[in-house]
Amino acid sequence: MTAVNEAGQRLSPNQRAWARFKRNRLGYSSLWVFAVALLVSLGAELLSNDRPLLASYRGHWSLPILDNPPETSYGGDFATPTDWRDPLIVERFAETGNWMLRTINSNSATSLDYFQKEPNPAPPSAKNWLGTDSVGRDMVARLLYGFRVSILFAFALTFVGTALGVAAGALQGYFGGVVDLAGQRLIEVWNSIPELYLLIIFASIFEPSLLLLLVLLSLFGWIGLSDYVRAEFLRNRGLEFVKAARAMGLTNRQIIWRHVLPNSLTPVITFLPFRMSSSILALVSLDFLGLGVPSSVPSLGELVRQGKSNLDAWWIIFPTFAVLVAALLLLTFIGDALRDAFDTRKS
Amino acid sequence: MSSRDPLLSIERLTVRFGLSRVVDDVSFQISAGEKFALVGESGSGKSISALSILRLVDGAKTEGVIRFAGEDLMAKSERQMRAIRGAEIAMIFQEPMTALNPLYTIGNQIGEILELHEGVRGQAVRERAMDLLATTGIADAGRRIDDYPHQLSGGQRQRALIAMALACRPRLLIADEPTTALDVTLQAQILALLDQLQADMGMALLFITHDLNLVRRYTHRVGVMERGRLVELGVTGEVFSRPQHAYTRRLLDSRPQRQVEPLAADAPVLVEAQDVRVEFITRRAWFSKSSLAAVRDATLTLHRGETLGIVGESGSGKTTLGMALLALQPLAGGRIGIEGQRIDGANRATLRAMRRRVQVVFQDPFASLSPRMTVGQIVGEGVELHLPELSPAQREARVLEMLAEVGLSEAYGIADVLQRYPHEFSGGQRQRIAIARAVVLRPQVLVLDEPTSALDVSVQQQVLVLLSQLQRTYGMSYLFISHDLAVVRAMSHRVLVMKDGVIVEQGEAQALFEAPAHPYTKSLVGAANFA
Repeated sequence: MTAVNEAGQRLSPNQRAWARFKRNRLGYSSLWVFAVALLVSLGAELLSNDRPLLASYRGHWSLPILDNPPETSYGGDFATPTDWRDPLIVERFAETGNWMLRTINSNSATSLDYFQKEPNPAPPSAKNWLGTDSVGRDMVARLLYGFRVSILFAFALTFVGTALGVAAGALQGYFGGVVDLAGQRLIEVWNSIPELYLLIIFASIFEPSLLLLLVLLSLFGWIGLSDYVRAEFLRNRGLEFVKAARAMGLTNRQIIWRHVLPNSLTPVITFLPFRMSSSILALVSLDFLGLGVPSSVPSLGELVRQGKSNLDAWWIIFPTFAVLVAALLLLTFIGDALRDAFDTRKS
Repeated sequence: MSSRDPLLSIERLTVRFGLSRVVDDVSFQISAGEKFALVGESGSGKSISALSILRLVDGAKTEGVIRFAGEDLMAKSERQMRAIRGAEIAMIFQEPMTALNPLYTIGNQIGEILELHEGVRGQAVRERAMDLLATTGIADAGRRIDDYPHQLSGGQRQRALIAMALACRPRLLIADEPTTALDVTLQAQILALLDQLQADMGMALLFITHDLNLVRRYTHRVGVMERGRLVELGVTGEVFSRPQHAYTRRLLDSRPQRQVEPLAADAPVLVEAQDVRVEFITRRAWFSKSSLAAVRDATLTLHRGETLGIVGESGSGKTTLGMALLALQPLAGGRIGIEGQRIDGANRATLRAMRRRVQVVFQDPFASLSPRMTVGQIVGEGVELHLPELSPAQREARVLEMLAEVGLSEAYGIADVLQRYPHEFSGGQRQRIAIARAVVLRPQVLVLDEPTSALDVSVQQQVLVLLSQLQRTYGMSYLFISHDLAVVRAMSHRVLVMKDGVIVEQGEAQALFEAPAHPYTKSLVGAANFA
């Protein structure tokens, strides 16, 4: 073991971990692709929207994307929000001096084109690049917004599940004894509640929302991780640096937070990307079974279900499948690189 | 092959891992029936040299000539090597628990070698295995042969391992730190056994060790290794009496030397423990418990500025007693007081104030520092807790001053020590960090739990010198826990001897070691046999 590193170049462990992460090329580029995809989907309203970004009508400017004016402002007959596909409105804006700046894809995830000729689901066209789903909503918009919902839901579910799992595992592992014994029995009881039936029952009582699903899935999602964290804590709390911290007079909270937790995070970090992908899949499968979110919420699982009932409409099932596979693959590659980064034996 | 030829001859052996030369141009010979030792500190390449004789080093590039009984081992195929390993050249390892397979009985494991190399079958295997176990001094071999490794004691396991190694009557036995993991009294027994077996069977013995006492007592010739190089080679007696190389001299000088200054006659009593009893509860079933007393009726006093040594073998309760004095272990009976103030069962505020006055340094410098904290955080943590009135700048100054005092500063060639992480330091330096963490609080009592056992001999001596310097500077009292009698003798004013949780003897250090009264102390001192 060398005491001094090579000339002056002393990297902190975090920097070294980042260097190890970068050395896994596949994982590193996956991270970039994933980050870009996430960024794009976060700005989905600016890219794919049925309302224009900017409209100028007879010298009067407006921002319909923020505040959609009634049709009467553009020479329509009704005081309802403007439908920007209405031939009347399109005609008005074709006049000289009037113009509007549309988003790249002029459909939102929930907008319907009431003036469309083809029956739904409609095949790809200039207006709907990937066609429409069985209700007539644009597939590109549906996928973009659906990806965002899936990822954000997965982030939330992973965060809550990890926090609960670490907390439960830490308490049991650190204090041991009666706390551990009671905790383990409680988990065994909790684990034997059939999760799926609970979801079905709840789905029939309440209108399922993302929040309700998050709460229900979180109630059970932490158990697997807590076992690993508990084992790490059981091991680490007996190590000499923890004894030294106790001899120093640190409180239990300080010892857990500063000494034991940072040294027990390996399983948490390793499982993180896999928890992400399983969270995405959980939402997809619930939506697929019809136990998930209502169809007003864009969801990849609902698209898979539509694809199954409209097998001739290939433009529904294939792109949805591709988005799902890509998202899960990227997360798996990132996970591999993360594991490398936290394996300190890889210099 | 004429009878004069050496049994094993190694010429210009070089072993490389990537770019680093772990063994560099090493040549030596071992004659039949000779006892040869390779001695050196960790990382000196002594184990790798021995393993490369059997061509068991993975992922290394090996150059040079290794001749065994006239044949070139480097030229042999892997298949031919397998016939030599275990049969012609056998090996015993440091840690008998991990060298034995926990899923097979020792009889099976000895039998496996016999079946493999000698084609013995059936009942004959069992009889031979039983003979071998009896030869290595395992009592009741007929019953022990069906035991699994975990059912044997440490010494018995090492004997079983020796029985395995001797199964095919090898001509060369390589013993890699054969006694390091054992208690001193067991060490003496195992070495005596090896000595006797070597004489009976006429095999050559290659010891790999860092233990100079062992080398001097049990070997004919010795080779001293330093950083992959063989720096000195010769007859053991001559090397010890007239060392030629500077490193050998340093190694020989680094045996612990007595550092104790006489204690003031009126030194007040600092720590007083009376009839201390510590029990561990073992749960048999859900509602039936049984308890095991790890420490019984321990009574001791520690004066200001005094070093009290506690010696004993593993399981004697010496560490548990130390933990009880640190109030890290609840007492089942008795009382502990520091300057008259009870610390057992004390409330939180008293306990916290006490924490600053009693600090601890542990054995393993790799386990006692959190790998995810910088040295600055590790040493500064206690200062922040116990001296909250200091500003961050004052705190840092105090930490730096302490680190400089233990020999970790720019003056010693270690730049920005505060920002570094423990894994960037060597074992000795890490132990200095652990000492700094304890002493920076200016404690009155320092519990040293085997502080030098994990260190190389030359580093060990430096750490001992540092500890006595700090004791003189700050007038601390030490509770020095160790199994190493030489170290305890060098450091202590008074010594306690523990066996099975009981203090069997105590007294002034020199007197106790020169004229031990209790039979157990006698056997300990006899086994350790310092010069």
